[in-house]
Amino acid sequence: MTELKPDIEKRSEFDIEINGTVGKPFVDNPKMSSRNCDVFYGDKQAIFDVNLDIANNEIIAMIGPSGCGKSTYLRVLNRMNDTIPICKVTGEHTLDGEDIYGKKQDPVLLRARVGMVFQKPNPFPKSIYDNVAYGARLHGLASNRSELDDVVESSLIKAGLFKEVKDDLNKPGTGLSGGQQQRLCIARAIAVDPEVILMDEPTSALDPIATALIEELMDELKENYTIAIVTHSMQQAARVSQRTAYFHLGKLVEVNETDKVFTNPEHQLTENYITGRFG
Amino acid sequence: MSKTTKKIEANLKKRYAKEKRFRAYGVVSLLISFAFLAVLLVTIFSKGLPAFQQTYIKLDIELNEKILGINKDSDEDALFSASYSKVVKNSLKEMFPGIKGRKQKRALKNLVSKSAAYDLRDKVLEKPTLLGTTQSYWFLAKDDVDVFMKGNIDRTLPESDRRIKDYQLAWIDKLMDEGRLEKRFNTVLFTEGDSREPEQAGMRGAIVGSLLTMLVTILLSFPIGVATAAYLEEFAPQNNRWVDLIEININNLAAVPSIVFGLLGLAVYINIFGVPRSTPLLGGLVLTLMTLPTIIIASRAAIKSVPPSIKEAAIGLGASRMQVLFQHTLPLAMPGILTGTIIGMAQALGETAPLLMIGMVAFVSDIPTGIFDPSTVMPVQIYLWSDSPERAFTERTSAAIMILLGFLVLMNVIAIVLRKKFEKKW
Repeated sequence: MTELKPDIEKRSEFDIEINGTVGKPFVDNPKMSSRNCDVFYGDKQAIFDVNLDIANNEIIAMIGPSGCGKSTYLRVLNRMNDTIPICKVTGEHTLDGEDIYGKKQDPVLLRARVGMVFQKPNPFPKSIYDNVAYGARLHGLASNRSELDDVVESSLIKAGLFKEVKDDLNKPGTGLSGGQQQRLCIARAIAVDPEVILMDEPTSALDPIATALIEELMDELKENYTIAIVTHSMQQAARVSQRTAYFHLGKLVEVNETDKVFTNPEHQLTENYITGRFG
Repeated sequence: MSKTTKKIEANLKKRYAKEKRFRAYGVVSLLISFAFLAVLLVTIFSKGLPAFQQTYIKLDIELNEKILGINKDSDEDALFSASYSKVVKNSLKEMFPGIKGRKQKRALKNLVSKSAAYDLRDKVLEKPTLLGTTQSYWFLAKDDVDVFMKGNIDRTLPESDRRIKDYQLAWIDKLMDEGRLEKRFNTVLFTEGDSREPEQAGMRGAIVGSLLTMLVTILLSFPIGVATAAYLEEFAPQNNRWVDLIEININNLAAVPSIVFGLLGLAVYINIFGVPRSTPLLGGLVLTLMTLPTIIIASRAAIKSVPPSIKEAAIGLGASRMQVLFQHTLPLAMPGILTGTIIGMAQALGETAPLLMIGMVAFVSDIPTGIFDPSTVMPVQIYLWSDSPERAFTERTSAAIMILLGFLVLMNVIAIVLRKKFEKKW
């Protein structure tokens, strides 16, 4: 790592050693868990020996400076990295105790159980209805039109978007505002009724009002789903999550209750980051 | 004003001058290309437009059974083979009595196209009661009369330098005085196949041949091209030496001279697989080879430009790679794919060289009825007509070019309409 050291200024965070993860990365009866997770992009290692459990019905926030591997780790959890040919994932990863990288695991089924919301709102260039109905149609979740209508309606209600779009279901999803588009993407993800929702910086492209709406929504979704969110905003992590994991240069530095991370971090690097000394 | 600002200001003038010059270059090059286009179109149109008119001659035909060599009881076969050209000749003789000498007699006969006899035959076959009556009909004039009527023969030239002699001029003048000569819209150009006689030559065989050839080409090259592009973009292993080799070869194929594809078609399709020569099937197979690289390259670019976020969204919802391809990537790439395909088709429509190698240059007067019939295509028809010695073929060549250009414009319009229709914003 020393070759990354900038010459102009001596940056202390590169001198602080990371020896395993401090705090409480493990929980009883986890929803998802990773052991000895390494991720490589070709020859370059992006993630080093991450061990982490995600509990049922919690919101876990993953924070850290750019390029720390938090998004990469998130994409390990629903095998989105499979689509990148040079990416190699090692270690053990489970969902309800099942090995998600095992030979028996079908990535298509896994992604139906572990949904994802992306950084940039990415509705399909189709109608609002078709956007939400897409996953249900894909997996054959509705046997007729009225069932599909119900799925679309309830998903839009859960995503807090129904009132705004109920008369425009046939209009293109791309015509909505950025915040509405992101809630549409959330509705699309929950229409498949996943167990876990991964959110990769879901509000980074949105204004504060839209962000607040999404954060409220996450709080409601927590009742039924387990959520892992990657965020650049420490305030957001503090507001929405129960536990926070701090990543640094591909290593998981600290995992603790969110309150503890933001008031009394155990690791020097975490403290430097949350107090704004770098990041 | 600080030193730096002064420096910037000094530079600014130069920068603006540069920009102005650059814009001037652009305008000049645009004007030059427009001038070339205008010259091309003006020459073609001024030469070709007269070909859309054709001179007709009105003759009073006495359908004399004796001259025709038949009688009231003759069956259809006899009616079919009766000597109609004789009655046509007689009608002319009556109009211009006292013609002497073989040369003048032949010249008189050559006022009217040979097709007059066939026209007459069809009319009699359709309505045998006409026999024994005298009827006036409009017949195609022979090409020389047509050329003269369009002002392309100067009557002030000495007789020996003219294709039309003085006695012929006198006949034509007389016919004009009697109102027996008339220029009409040239339907023959669109309804007939090729002919050695200019006044009977039409584009229909070539148009139908071109359409059939294009049909074969698009049915083969579109699915193969799009499937290849989709495989190379979405499924093929990255950084694989074989895949790289295939890519390089496809790009090289796009630059291969088209006549080489013709030779390949000759060697492989005709000699090895025994595909019938001169047919739209064979032409389509050869042109498929030529258009495939264009379609593959355009389709790959279109597929590449589909935003990865859309694909990720679908994968994230649990779509398989096939579903992502057919439900998202291809529909979003369709405008680009179609544009590339139609550009490739337009290229193929105007292609001559490879077709010369596979026998589509043959003289085919019948209109093809299927992909196994010998036929020719529009650009080859233009080539054939431009090679013909008759003066009347000059204007028909230009007219054929106009028709071909019309089809190309039509294809481009279709490309634009399709692109507009499939284009979606994201």
